[in-house]
Amino acid sequence: MSEAAVSHYLTEFDRFKNNRLSDWLPKQRADALEYLQSNGFPTRKREKWKYTDVSPITRRKFTLGPATPEAVDGGFIDTLRFSGLDCHDLVFINGGFSENLSRAGNLPDEVTARSLASVKSENPALPERFLTGPGEEIDHAFTALNIVFLNDGALIHIPDGTQVPAPIHVIYATDKNTESIMSHPRNLIVLGRQARATIIETYAGGEDTEYFTNSRTQILCQDSAQLDYYKIQQEGHRAFHIGNTKIRQQRNSRIDCHSLSLGGSLARSDIDVELDEPGAEINLNGLYLANNRQHIDNHTLIEHKQPHTVSNEHYRGVMGGRARAVFNGKVIVHEQAQKTQAHQSNANLLLSGNAEVDTKPELEIYADDVKCSHGATVGRLDENMLFYLRTRALDKDTAKSLLIYAFADEVIRNIKLPELRKRLEYNVVGELPDTDLIKGFMK
Amino acid sequence: MLTIENLQVSVEKKQILKGLSLAVQAGEVHAIMGPNGSGKSTLANVLAGREGYEVTSGIIKYDDQDIFDLAPEERARKGIFLAFQYPVEIPGVNNIYLLKAAVNAVRVHRGEPELDAVDFLKIVREKMQLVKMDESLLNRSVNEGFSGGEKKRNEIFQMAVLEPRLAILDETDSGLDIDALKIVAEGVNTLRNENRAIVLVTHYQRLLEYIVPDQVHVLSDGRIIKSGDRGLAIELEEKGYDWIKQEARAA
Repeated sequence: MSEAAVSHYLTEFDRFKNNRLSDWLPKQRADALEYLQSNGFPTRKREKWKYTDVSPITRRKFTLGPATPEAVDGGFIDTLRFSGLDCHDLVFINGGFSENLSRAGNLPDEVTARSLASVKSENPALPERFLTGPGEEIDHAFTALNIVFLNDGALIHIPDGTQVPAPIHVIYATDKNTESIMSHPRNLIVLGRQARATIIETYAGGEDTEYFTNSRTQILCQDSAQLDYYKIQQEGHRAFHIGNTKIRQQRNSRIDCHSLSLGGSLARSDIDVELDEPGAEINLNGLYLANNRQHIDNHTLIEHKQPHTVSNEHYRGVMGGRARAVFNGKVIVHEQAQKTQAHQSNANLLLSGNAEVDTKPELEIYADDVKCSHGATVGRLDENMLFYLRTRALDKDTAKSLLIYAFADEVIRNIKLPELRKRLEYNVVGELPDTDLIKGFMK
Repeated sequence: MLTIENLQVSVEKKQILKGLSLAVQAGEVHAIMGPNGSGKSTLANVLAGREGYEVTSGIIKYDDQDIFDLAPEERARKGIFLAFQYPVEIPGVNNIYLLKAAVNAVRVHRGEPELDAVDFLKIVREKMQLVKMDESLLNRSVNEGFSGGEKKRNEIFQMAVLEPRLAILDETDSGLDIDALKIVAEGVNTLRNENRAIVLVTHYQRLLEYIVPDQVHVLSDGRIIKSGDRGLAIELEEKGYDWIKQEARAA
């Protein structure tokens, strides 16, 4: 199975070779091809893939699609934008940049927030520094594929001391009309010293087509930088999504990260964080909603490498139907990382007897003076709460819907920008049952 | 208004109520007293329609209608209110939004138009005075992080806004200090009127010093073994429950 898949992607790579960017970073591509050929795709024998079988992806033959704006209608893209917020929108169709659909926001002149391909054609030094440096390790066949098909994505550079009030919104949309399109977006995000920014990645596509998004994002926050980072995975319900975000943080930098996994038939989001210098802090919030036969996997890895680093991780999931979710949260506190604070929690709500979740916190602590905690819960709707609401005249469906919403909203409610919070609440609510009943409860 | 005849109720195959009969008229306040385990809370929960209680025989009639088959929300809409012994904390559900939804569900059931935000807030402000409720509690999650006294006040505040016809107060006095007890009792007294019946479920007669009942019933081992006026509660306070159990056995 895996060999057939590898050979399909090799053939697809031959087709891709005519692309103008295919000769870029030849060594990285050669290494990635080599990795792919010798290792193939991960199987459930690998610990990190124990609960997620990728054969639904590997047995399909996805191909690259044209980056033409006609592939999606503008109205669809508009539904993904944050109205009421002055955003800088970078829009990619089938993985390629669309100038027409993108919208320039009010960015300071010194900020770069552009298509990777266009930056490369003018000044390849900046992207190359990151594409050949740390954070580019090949973890598995999907990261290798992303390098093999490296073509475009967002390059965002906020120089030292620059604060960007306008959120930068990177939108990846896949063709609604053609089956079996794949894209391999690549984002590079660098915040200089004391820089501040809000960056949002949205992944979406048609509800009725099968497609595959294999994204990769690398984030570097330098000293005292502050980043609000959002990953909104709202792919169509027949889609496949594999996403990997690698974060490195330097002294006193702080990231508030929200990862929402709402769509996809099979979707996996990995977020790996390295707190490389003292004072670095990350707040990692996640919400996953799965219904029908959806399979949603979230893996996080937080490495505390230096003293006085802080991580707060809070993931919640709601599973109905025959859905299956996976949460694996690994925290490593290295020997020299004294005075680390690492707190992790994962709460799951199962709405049906056939829904399932595998949750696995993993703490590896090699320092002795640390404050660490973790906890995972799996539960059903609380009968006491349901009864209480019903004695207050709410019918059973409304009461249930309200409790589910309240559970999920714990993750959304601490989003700082009200426009963003409202829209994401709306997106989340759209995935929950009977939510028309509880409109009166939405803030 | 409320008629209970020979009510027998089991929980997980264990019989808790063993033939309880009670009649409450509009305008009356009845106190149900009894030792722990006598079935007081079971009675309160069964009246409110909680699942998990098996009614094996007997009748509960509210306004001459059998309410066996009514869901908790249907009972609430018809004017039955339960103030919980342990009000439930519901993180993420806004206290005031819940109350508005509750009020409007009741109004829709009665064929009245829903209240808009302005009219609703007017009522809310007026009723908050009754139990001296802190306004900051309105916009918090339902009961989340409330002190014991704040939770009980919130229950009576909800009752005041919902204006039920039959209110069942399950151990509303438990966990209250004397000041909070007085405030809650005053609130309840203000809500007494000729159209409303109130059933107080309580272990101690302390509450009855402040809310004077028309009738007192002693519940023991799933049955009402003695009924009387306020004097019965005082006698109980002096002599304890054993005295009355012995009397019941002798009879």
